[in-house]
Amino acid sequence: MRPEFVQEQLFRLRSARVHEVEGRGRRAFALFQAAHHAGPLIWILPPRARHLPMLRGLPEGVGQRLHVIRPITEIDLLWTVEEALRSPAVGLVIAEPSSQLSLTAGRRLQLAAETGQTTGVMLIREGQGSNAAETRWHCDPIASTDIASADHDSTLHHWSLNKNKKGTTGSWILHWNGATAAFNLVSEAGQRHHAAEASG
Amino acid sequence: MLRRRPAEGPFALVHRSRNTEHLHCLNEIAERSGLHRGMTLADARAICPDLITRPADIVREAAALAALHRWMGRYAPMVARDGSDGLIADITGVPHLFGGEQDLRADLHARMARAGLSVVSAIAGTRGAAHALARHGGGIIPEGRLVDKIGPLPVSALRIDTETTQALGRMGLTRIADLITQPRAPLARRFGSGLILRLDQALGHQPEPVAAETEAPHFGVRMTLPEPIGLQADVMAGLTRLLERLCHTLGQHHMGARRLRLDLHRVDREIARVEIGLARPMRNPERIAALFSKGIADVEAGFGIEAMRLEAHVTESLPPEQIGGGQAMRHEDALADLFSRLGNRLGFERVLRLLPAESTIPERSFLLAPAAYSEAAPPPPRTGPERPIIIFPPEPVAIRGMDHPGHPPVRFRWRRMQFTTMRATGPERIAPEWWLIDPDWQSGLRDYWRIETREGPRLWLFHTPQSPAWSVQGEFA
Repeated sequence: MRPEFVQEQLFRLRSARVHEVEGRGRRAFALFQAAHHAGPLIWILPPRARHLPMLRGLPEGVGQRLHVIRPITEIDLLWTVEEALRSPAVGLVIAEPSSQLSLTAGRRLQLAAETGQTTGVMLIREGQGSNAAETRWHCDPIASTDIASADHDSTLHHWSLNKNKKGTTGSWILHWNGATAAFNLVSEAGQRHHAAEASG
Repeated sequence: MLRRRPAEGPFALVHRSRNTEHLHCLNEIAERSGLHRGMTLADARAICPDLITRPADIVREAAALAALHRWMGRYAPMVARDGSDGLIADITGVPHLFGGEQDLRADLHARMARAGLSVVSAIAGTRGAAHALARHGGGIIPEGRLVDKIGPLPVSALRIDTETTQALGRMGLTRIADLITQPRAPLARRFGSGLILRLDQALGHQPEPVAAETEAPHFGVRMTLPEPIGLQADVMAGLTRLLERLCHTLGQHHMGARRLRLDLHRVDREIARVEIGLARPMRNPERIAALFSKGIADVEAGFGIEAMRLEAHVTESLPPEQIGGGQAMRHEDALADLFSRLGNRLGFERVLRLLPAESTIPERSFLLAPAAYSEAAPPPPRTGPERPIIIFPPEPVAIRGMDHPGHPPVRFRWRRMQFTTMRATGPERIAPEWWLIDPDWQSGLRDYWRIETREGPRLWLFHTPQSPAWSVQGEFA
């Protein structure tokens, strides 16, 4: 297996399933996934959200495919997520539920995702996920401590896969600047080794 | 002539034009007490103090006339509007179907009276004569007695302007009969050829066909049920039948429905209304019916529903398309269905897409437009300083430690977290758009910085030098 192939496969989400992301860098992770999914994208903001994706800052090719839904209540949000997942036309559904996802809700979303063959990413707060999630990622932006490089667009991310129903977990540090779909894994021997041990 | 009589006693509709109020329309009782159309309201009140008046609604009056216009199709194939208050129908070859002209007119009056409308009608050999007689008493002019019948009518009945009428009056020519006997050449020289034309048209020397304008297609269907229904499945079945008919009509006119309204008439005379919107014009009965199901489930049927009326009140042109155009088209349809479903529950203004806008102000550099009413547009190329992925209204930061003018803070607190600046890129100065008053930009110029913190997050901070303070407005990837 060629190394590049492995790298491409690394952050690919299993399709027709619902995944969960927590941590400060969860929105960046969602946009990274958006750049890697074809077709219309749907981002469901939490009720009364003040933040918005900024068109000029989005990765290439995401802006014109992105649809923003602003439900009024949490119930409407879950309904919207289910409807969007059930639609075969949608490429990726990103949703930000603001309360704990119950097991029932999680299961229903998985079923909807299977019906529509759509992938979903739930941006959850820490510890508010449901057991039905296919994978759970923890994403954090980290500072590049390598002052010597003086590289001004250093955008390091620490993404760790904490839960995986059908595979191994892992932890990676990568460089992704948020402009394109391309990314670079930072070969940090210690981290990789540690992750391998943990998963083994 | 169209006259409504919603009140007992003298009643008139009043229309305000050129700063005075005129009687626009009045009922029989008011007319009998000596009032007439076009009279000022002050005069009318002096003559008939207990006159009840209402403001006239010209638009709705025109709509009512249009409805009557459609209904008149039962009497003749060629029906046209005649002035703002009349209809003219070419009934050539029709009267024998109703048993003669007398019976036709009687039938018309009976039906109008049942609808509460008082009308005046006239049947004559020419359009001009019918017009004149309808406005002066009405009746039927038998074949060959045209001159006798319209002769005694005033010249104003000839559809000529008031100036000509007054001029004729000064000459002592007040009746049409006076005009007929006059030599034509001096008349034409003095009053223009318009008068002669109108006279000839009334007498049948000049032809004047009834030009029936093509009617705007009406996208409404109704169904009256023999027995009241109350089950949701029954209503859906009825709706399916209505939709099939409606979509067929829409298809014939190459139109697609954008909004539909279903009125359910209950036995107790209440009307339950279900309205839906569509993310794009459509005329597919099954897909539209699916959107109605939730609204119908919420309807209180009461003692039963006895009539249903479905109308596509907002339509857009939808030319026929090749069906089965592969997966791309199926996906497009599925996405439109999804937006229709979402829009009908959340409101179409909550299903949005991002569109680029021409502004350097970060908040206004993109628009949120309803996805159902806009087309996707590619964002502008990424030039200039980097922009964050997430933007939110400015949130002030508390600065810890020394404040170096012109430099970003070394340590600050934001959202109850402590941050240390590791690297800062900037500043990028953005000036407010002075031509727009924006309360958020009252603080003046902003110097934007991209701050990389030791804690990880890469934030978009700005400093307002005119009223020194630091705020966070976005987060980078």
